[in-house]
Amino acid sequence: MNLTLKIWRQKNAGAKGNFATYRMEDVSPKMSFLEMLDALNKKLVEEDKDPVAFDHDCREGICGSCGMYINGHPHGPVPAVTTCLLSMRYFSDGDTICVEPWRAKPFPVIKDLIVDRSAFDKIQIAGGYISVNAGAAPEANSIPAQKKNSDTAFDSSICIGCGACVAACKNASAMLFVSAKISQFALLPQGRIEAKDRVRAMVEMMDELGFGNCSNTGACEAECPKEIKLTNIARLNREYYKAY
Amino acid sequence: MGKLISKVPEGPLAQKWTRYKSSVKLVNPANKKKVEIIVVGTGLSGASAASSLGELGYSVKNFCYQDSPRRAHSVAAQGGINAAKNYQNDGDSVYRLFYDMIKGGDYRAREANVYRAAEVSNQVIDHFTALGVPFARDYGGTLDTRSFGGVQVSRTFYAKGQTGQQCLLGCYSSLNRQIKKGNVKMFPRREMLDLVVIDGRARGIITRNLITGEIERHGAHAVVLATGGYGTIYYLSTLAVNSNASAAWKAHKKGAFFANPSFVQIHPTSVPQLNEFQSKLTLMSESLRNDGRIWVSKTRGDKRPANDVPEDERDYYLERRYPTFGNLVPRDVASRAAKERCDAGYGVGETGLAVNLDFRDAINKQGKKAIENKYGNLFDMYKTITGIDSYEEPMRIYPAGHYTMGGLWVDYELMTTIPGLYAIGESNFSDHGANRLGASSLMQAAGDGYFVLPNTISNYLADQISVAKIATDKPEFADAEKAAMERISKLMSIKGKQTASSFHKRLGRIMWDYVGMSRNEAGLKKALELIGELKDEFWKDLNIPGNADDLNMELEKAGRVADYFDLAQLLITDALNRKESCGAHFREEYQTPDGEALRNDEEYAYVAAWEYTGEGKPHILHKEELKFEEVEMKVRSYK
Ligand SMILES: Cc1cc2nc3c(=O)[nH]c(=O)nc-3n(C[C@H](O)[C@H](O)[C@H](O)COP(=O)(O)OP(=O)(O)OC[C@H]3O[C@@H](n4cnc5c(N)ncnc54)[C@H](O)[C@@H]3O)c2cc1C
Ligand code: SF4
Ligand code: FES
Repeated sequence: MNLTLKIWRQKNAGAKGNFATYRMEDVSPKMSFLEMLDALNKKLVEEDKDPVAFDHDCREGICGSCGMYINGHPHGPVPAVTTCLLSMRYFSDGDTICVEPWRAKPFPVIKDLIVDRSAFDKIQIAGGYISVNAGAAPEANSIPAQKKNSDTAFDSSICIGCGACVAACKNASAMLFVSAKISQFALLPQGRIEAKDRVRAMVEMMDELGFGNCSNTGACEAECPKEIKLTNIARLNREYYKAY
Repeated sequence: MGKLISKVPEGPLAQKWTRYKSSVKLVNPANKKKVEIIVVGTGLSGASAASSLGELGYSVKNFCYQDSPRRAHSVAAQGGINAAKNYQNDGDSVYRLFYDMIKGGDYRAREANVYRAAEVSNQVIDHFTALGVPFARDYGGTLDTRSFGGVQVSRTFYAKGQTGQQCLLGCYSSLNRQIKKGNVKMFPRREMLDLVVIDGRARGIITRNLITGEIERHGAHAVVLATGGYGTIYYLSTLAVNSNASAAWKAHKKGAFFANPSFVQIHPTSVPQLNEFQSKLTLMSESLRNDGRIWVSKTRGDKRPANDVPEDERDYYLERRYPTFGNLVPRDVASRAAKERCDAGYGVGETGLAVNLDFRDAINKQGKKAIENKYGNLFDMYKTITGIDSYEEPMRIYPAGHYTMGGLWVDYELMTTIPGLYAIGESNFSDHGANRLGASSLMQAAGDGYFVLPNTISNYLADQISVAKIATDKPEFADAEKAAMERISKLMSIKGKQTASSFHKRLGRIMWDYVGMSRNEAGLKKALELIGELKDEFWKDLNIPGNADDLNMELEKAGRVADYFDLAQLLITDALNRKESCGAHFREEYQTPDGEALRNDEEYAYVAAWEYTGEGKPHILHKEELKFEEVEMKVRSYK
């Protein structure tokens, strides 16, 4: 199929960006979206032009590196899929595809489609851990956990830290991301001990970094490639009230 | 240098580690803060090492090329992590885990290291559980396990198909805690370009800031490489696409021996290649082989849809050839068997380069729900990629490059042949011999980082406390920095026509065709010739647009591909040298009449450790003889 791409190009954080238009011919429906961009970049490099910069690594939806706005949706129009796993079979011959970086104040653009998500690390550093040194752990089965809770903790813990939730939110809120970690630990006996300190520290850092408030729109849940649920945010709120 | 001293402690196998720990030199807590350690890599091994060294009070600097340590390639591991807990009461023990790894590795690993890896495995599970890793549990609240490729006990702990992610996020959380405490300083989006050696000791690294292009110097009393494997040398592999060997290779050029580079594991169950722009092959966890049955048609070139092939016309070739282990034979055996069927013309799909992995019988017997519970996310992923619903028709799978058993040579203390330089996790050669058993790499990586290295490194650092902070204005830093800059200029100034990836792809193709699942002398020599030519072409016709003092991903790729050419040549040299078949290294000249690997213990029961002697000069081979005191070398049979 033949496609028209409108891609955001921005030299660096300080520069003004703009959309550039590229025509792509003979795109196979068996390619992934990133492979399609690889093909574009190959062409650009062969013409000695600057290729489109984007973050990526695992290319199987687990590292959370990739992420771009595709036709108005973070990670594109297909639900529960990261950009790297988005198959070109969902597009049709003649389509125009608009590609942009995440747009959120706490995620400044570094170049083209690459943004700075270090704010997410800062939130985790603030309290996203259980304080135990290597060697100090008790025998694993001496901490039994209800299967139901442990399974729910797992469902929360699969967040890949991609930032799509923030990009999708009109307030640039990081609540879904933060609540996923809070929930994982809140649901496990190991995590209860520091629950109060953790939620306070993480929320405080989130606010400090300029992420917006949650207004219960649910765009984050709709766009999250890992289907992290809004119920996590409800749990975060409960944990937060309990902490004061 | 020149001699390999493994430093394996005296005493019975089961007591070596305990004895070692009780006699090793320690660093006084008051002095630890003054001792700086660089850890390159934030995968299971790097993040665990950085955090536990931080917990001990050392000053740690941790590096990775991703934007966040949480994205290291370990995040992609699926199936699980082994430990000898014997929670299932099925006869497991540290010894059995050790034995399975030695046998699975086809008797080409060092006994003492493997035993220790098995020994600390239980501590790893305890620690991850305490860190809040949500491993699968049984209804009573205790941890569940499953059995995993190539063994007969159930010792694999798992978190659905995302075990690597969960373990890595556990390591990341312990790392974050140390970052907050100020014990670890994190340097993301940095690529190590060289190792700095002063008076024969590792004293620092040169990095490139991948955002600004700035070349930086970092000094330390010791350097730990936790930079992962080199499976992307095949271009298409199951690894994260930016994985590379450059850090290890640079260390090699500075004096660290490279061991068994030709030992590369080809994983039997990956999604086959779908298009010519394919950038990676996605693994389908081998846990699927617990319930899926592998087959091809008994008719050559059969183009019928899988479901139309009647039962008696299906060849369940693994069950046929290996009645005892069936679909659960080790990876190398399963991969070669798939290749054998496809080469003989029985492969399925448009390309004929695939075999069926069928869940029909398992679904009939256990119900769709049970299968969904076990593998739901893998089936979803398969469908996302291929559009095919494997509850209804078989998955198609084919082998892909997956794991590198070879790596930097290390002694019992995980120190390379450069004093003060350590290699842990997949970047070393240590624990998996000629073939790795499933779920034992996460175990080794986390074991190395949390429990082995923090103990062994003090033996070296105890003598280093009087050494002042390593100043980076020394000439060795300046020289290394200059060399790194010159190489960048050289790459930038080629100004040819082709992309780094297109060279990488061609290199990968040569490696796959001649140095993949099976190898022979003529093919290996041919590959050397082809790679030599391709390398020349690369240095004449590469193009990198843009500048070096800017974010430039083409430059990053080019540097890695350039190193891969050199590593590929060494890998082939090693494969040529090893005139036997063992584990994943299958030399066609050395096989039994029924096509099984034929080891030659008389001549090749050694680790091949290669010393770099200079650009374009031949490597020197050093042999570490492998002595098996505890186990008897047997023919590995899964029949
Ligand atoms: C798809 C897949 C599934 C797997 N599943 C399993 C499984 O179920 N069980 C199991 O036991 N094993 C599994 N493995 C193997 C296992 O995941 C790896 O062997 C293990 O995670 C390696 O960990 P590591 O810490 O050694 O390195 P990695 O996790 O590869 O980390 C490498 C680190 O080094 C950094 N780095 C590399 N080069 C440089 C440089 N030049 N400069 C700066 N930083 C650098 C990277 O940024 C990264 O942080 C799987 C592997 C794959 C490919
Ligand atoms: S919650 Fe979802 S969208 Fe947000 S970072 Fe995690 S995986 Fe991405
Ligand atoms: S590249 Fe890893 S999630 Fe997309």
